[in-house]
Amino acid sequence: MIPAGFEYHRPRDLEGVLALLDEHGDDARVMAGGHSLIPMMKLRMADVPHLIDLQAVDGLAGIEIGADEIRLGAMVTQTEIIGHAGLAEAAPILREAALQIADPQVRNMGTVGGNIANGDPGNDMPGLMQCLDARFTLVGSGGVREVAAREFYEAAYMTAREDEEVLTAVTIPRPAGGHAYEKQKRKIGDYATAAAAVQIAKEGRACASAAIAMTNLSDTPVFSEGAGAALVGTAVDAAALAAASEAMLGDIDPTEDNRGPVAFKRHVAGVILRRAIERAWSRA
Amino acid sequence: MTKKMHITITVNGKEEEFLAEPRELLIYTLRERLNITGPHIGCDTSHCGACTVTLNGKSVKSCTMFVAQADGAEVETIEGIGGPDALHPLQVAFKEHHGLQCGFCTPGMITRATKLLEEIPNPTEEEIRFGMAGNICRCTGYQNIVKSIQAAAAEMSAAKEAAE
Amino acid sequence: MKDEVDTREDRVANLKGMGCSRKRVEDARFTQGKGNYVDDIKLDGMLFGDFVRSPYAHARITSIDIEEALKVPGVLAVLTAADLEPLGLHWMPTLAGDKQMVLADGKVLFQGQEVAFVVAEDRYAAADGIEAVVVEYEELPVIVDPFESLKSDVVLREDTVGEDSAPIDGAHGPRKHHNHIFTWEAGDKAPTEEVIANAEVVAEETMYYHRTHPCPLETCGCVASMDKVNGKLTLWGTFQAPHAIRTVVSLISGIEEHNIRVISPDIGGGFGNKVGAYPGYVCSVVASIVTGKPVKWIEDRMDNLMTTAFARDYWMSGKISATPEGKITALRCQVTADHGGFDACADPTKFPAGFMNICTGSYDIPTAYLEVDGVYTNKAPGGVSYRCSFRVTEAVYFIERMIEVLAIELGMDAAELRRINFIKKEQFPYKAALGWEYDSGDYHTAWDKALKAVDYDALRAEQVQRVEDFKAGKTRKLMGIGLSFFTEIVGAGPVKNCDILGLGMFDSCEIRIHPTGSAIARLGTISQGQGHATTFAQILASEIGLPADSITVEEGDTDTAPYGLGTYGSRSTPVAGAATAMAGRKIRAKAQMIAAYLLEVHDDDVEFDVDRFVVKGAPEKFKTMKEIAFAAYNQAIPGIEPGLEAVSYYDPPNMTYPFGAYVCVMDIDVDTGVPDIRRFYALDDCGTRINPMIIEGQVHGGLTEALAVALGQEIAYDNMGNVKTGTLMDFFLPTAWEVPNYETDFTVTPSPHHPIGAKGVGESPHVGGVPCFSNAVQDAFRAFGLRHTNMPHDHWRIWKTANELGLHG
Repeated sequence: MIPAGFEYHRPRDLEGVLALLDEHGDDARVMAGGHSLIPMMKLRMADVPHLIDLQAVDGLAGIEIGADEIRLGAMVTQTEIIGHAGLAEAAPILREAALQIADPQVRNMGTVGGNIANGDPGNDMPGLMQCLDARFTLVGSGGVREVAAREFYEAAYMTAREDEEVLTAVTIPRPAGGHAYEKQKRKIGDYATAAAAVQIAKEGRACASAAIAMTNLSDTPVFSEGAGAALVGTAVDAAALAAASEAMLGDIDPTEDNRGPVAFKRHVAGVILRRAIERAWSRA
Repeated sequence: MTKKMHITITVNGKEEEFLAEPRELLIYTLRERLNITGPHIGCDTSHCGACTVTLNGKSVKSCTMFVAQADGAEVETIEGIGGPDALHPLQVAFKEHHGLQCGFCTPGMITRATKLLEEIPNPTEEEIRFGMAGNICRCTGYQNIVKSIQAAAAEMSAAKEAAE
Repeated sequence: MKDEVDTREDRVANLKGMGCSRKRVEDARFTQGKGNYVDDIKLDGMLFGDFVRSPYAHARITSIDIEEALKVPGVLAVLTAADLEPLGLHWMPTLAGDKQMVLADGKVLFQGQEVAFVVAEDRYAAADGIEAVVVEYEELPVIVDPFESLKSDVVLREDTVGEDSAPIDGAHGPRKHHNHIFTWEAGDKAPTEEVIANAEVVAEETMYYHRTHPCPLETCGCVASMDKVNGKLTLWGTFQAPHAIRTVVSLISGIEEHNIRVISPDIGGGFGNKVGAYPGYVCSVVASIVTGKPVKWIEDRMDNLMTTAFARDYWMSGKISATPEGKITALRCQVTADHGGFDACADPTKFPAGFMNICTGSYDIPTAYLEVDGVYTNKAPGGVSYRCSFRVTEAVYFIERMIEVLAIELGMDAAELRRINFIKKEQFPYKAALGWEYDSGDYHTAWDKALKAVDYDALRAEQVQRVEDFKAGKTRKLMGIGLSFFTEIVGAGPVKNCDILGLGMFDSCEIRIHPTGSAIARLGTISQGQGHATTFAQILASEIGLPADSITVEEGDTDTAPYGLGTYGSRSTPVAGAATAMAGRKIRAKAQMIAAYLLEVHDDDVEFDVDRFVVKGAPEKFKTMKEIAFAAYNQAIPGIEPGLEAVSYYDPPNMTYPFGAYVCVMDIDVDTGVPDIRRFYALDDCGTRINPMIIEGQVHGGLTEALAVALGQEIAYDNMGNVKTGTLMDFFLPTAWEVPNYETDFTVTPSPHHPIGAKGVGESPHVGGVPCFSNAVQDAFRAFGLRHTNMPHDHWRIWKTANELGLHG
């Protein structure tokens, strides 16, 4: 498998990236770790005359743990997420999810930004970021803007990011309470049959807040407001779980693939969701 | 054909300079340009790990990396890990514990295992199985690979203790 | 002299002969990245060839435009069927007596079929050239179902029909329909049907053994180099049968066999994928002849999965009858075999369905009948033995499922049902109803040992408790106990009934002892990971008394190795291993005469002892084999010509019949369909054990490939004939994370007809493993009324079973 030829660019700063994007328009693509894009190029399913490698761009790295918010540079790898002690304490769901992505070598290359910006419904980070109510920083020649993760995804590979914009960072409000990232897959290296990101806060014996998103069950990640709402104020008992599950099942729209038909996916989605909620609740 | 780039990479401690099309995949650079044929191609889509090399200290799959991305990097392959004069404990252990059969996955497997043992010097079986899950073997069923890595880890820990 | 102080035990140990876990001599190069696989070969001026492949499963080709491709920098030539036709190479014979297009001749019959071959200076230019070839297709109706194919008016292979689409007789006799390939029968139809019709208990089941693929980690490939000056063709490639490839290349190219040198370098796993001859080999040879330069062709993984050598794809319907006590009285098996667009199965010629007629398994079944129909469809050709001996995997899966279904019908324990039907030790050699003569076995001993090792009764008690707990809502996990007892049939085979394209399936070994007492042995087989260089040296060490470490084993170069049929079907140890022992015995016979001369006694007065000949009754008088070797070359011995060499071509009198008893314990998450293998116990009896370490490794590997096939590995097609599982994202190769630890065990029942009693083991764990994993899944649901469900048992299919049984509430 050999990709078509392309011109390679490795700009040092964001201005350089933006200039290239302006110059080449649709002919240019930015690449972080490349583990989504390169296979597509090798299969000649993606034609990229100008490839802009972000590896040397200043200011895209780093994990910052603030008092209220966490900032992840777009080029932070899954491996860095897994190995960061401060992050494991501040937002342990990130580590739990990252460990369930691909395999060690791929996690060494795979980045937060790439996983998020690519728009592949199979990617795990988008749903996770929706659960955490993250905001994505987009920089274009027209300036900087932030888009909420929950507003970012439009369809498979279609996002709110304009072609000439670059996703540079993710800002996550520090999560409270218990968490879980539950994923069913066929094997290591597979996308999810169904995956659920759950973050729940508890007050007394009742659920104070709950954020729930699921992965690979629609052409975008699915943040279900209804599923979260179904838990709030309850003791996360069987009835609440059923209500949350029902709400989520109303929001997902899986399609058949090699992992199985729609009925199976909907059933597994419900099971995985319940398990994630129960685990998150037990940690809340 | 597109414009060629000037590339400098250090492979197994030796600096290499050449002109290459940016689309050249690192695995082919190693195998065909530099005649470093230890790493292999098994799947082309970053699932099997036969092409595993160490790039700037990290295990990566060289079939899913353009040579242009590796410009300026340091690469280590199985050839740099140990040879007839000084075998790496993993190379010894794989033979001793029958951790290979056809040998095709072995260079990638051992290259990855060197990094695993840096990340986790005394891994449990579960940690080995999880940490090696990016490398597929069709012959061994992994049981003896796990055993080989455990043996090498013990050997390396003992050597380290002795040195301290 | 050191020998004098060594004990006999030391001397035996020093040989590293049969029975010891000798470390592998191959490993030094593999662990240091110094293996030499076909894609490592680099020759001056070497070109790269690659295929334009069909995106359609069935289409007529209306035009191929190569003009733009030839303009791509670096592209030198584009071959199409029109270029090959004058050479008579646009079609090639298959191993199954059919023929196959090398390049699409007017139409394509499966997705991925080879349409044009682009030859370029490097692989990048070849890839660009492929993109620039413009092929116009006119789509034709696609048939992916063999039953539909047999009813369809659509003629898939116009070359196989006469007027009014009447089928012309094929290599295996009359054909019933234009898409039918052959009917093959074994056993007695009428008596079998009569017994079943009158039986008190009959169990029936239809099962589909899905299409899968051997998928070795190294794909197929070759380098062809035509030396026009000397008229010699050298062909390096991933060949499991290099000598057969040489003969085939000679027959189809017209180049005399002495002018062709075929070399199998290190092979990165075969599992049956590398037995056949593929269009890539032919095109590379032609391209090398045309350009006068070496040409390399290497498949990528998608090419590999889509086009070279699928396995299985058998629809099997069975009826098994028994007495109310469970004694089996008859078995009937009807198979509809999907062979794809061309019949390219790699079976001995007289066996178009391989050894499917071993499907009476390990059981004393008095009457049986088998009928197999081969059918063309719009799928890739192949039908290779994926880690098995010619459809034995299908046969064993069939009988081991039929036994389970019969156990359900009888309300009996499946372990007990097996026990009461096993062929008894005293019945061997046993003539089976479908024709084979089983050489040896002791099934009851093996079965008892296995059941005891896993504490079978306790497992069943635990399972009963689990079902109760499940029904009481205390757990959502079911427990399955998978049983399998298999008899393999390997070591093809006796030339009287086993040949491929007329080439008898003997094998060979040639030994040359060097004057200083080391040796080289060359064989007609080729290792793909089995460790031949290690184990064949062990056989020789024991036979000729020279240390294994002093014996080089070489295979795979047809210029140097004696003719043999190669390595597949677990035939290396049964056939070439026997040849090795026999050649060793010829060496020993000559050595005996030399020793007697040196010791100044009569030939009959010396006897072989480990590493020497000793004078009978006077063990202090001896000559070591090392001394004898030196004398053989350097001492004038009256009546004996100098040198110490031997060659043996071994035509086995019978197959060998390894067997084994496997037990798998599995927990199944009813809600998600996720299985968890808790325990796997494998007892193998492969006769005499040459290297226990390697046997154990083979068992681990075969079981893992069995796990993959049973639990998810398939080549799936949609209705348009598109391959849905073309990459390793979807084609299931388990990682270390998905694979359990295995417990291995053994009994030893030597083969009575094999010189060292060995039977072969490489494929047993796959053959026995698949039904064991599958039975574990199915057994978990037995208490809820499941009789049978088809593999692969991936999550959704397991879930579907649970769902259909009403277990999701």
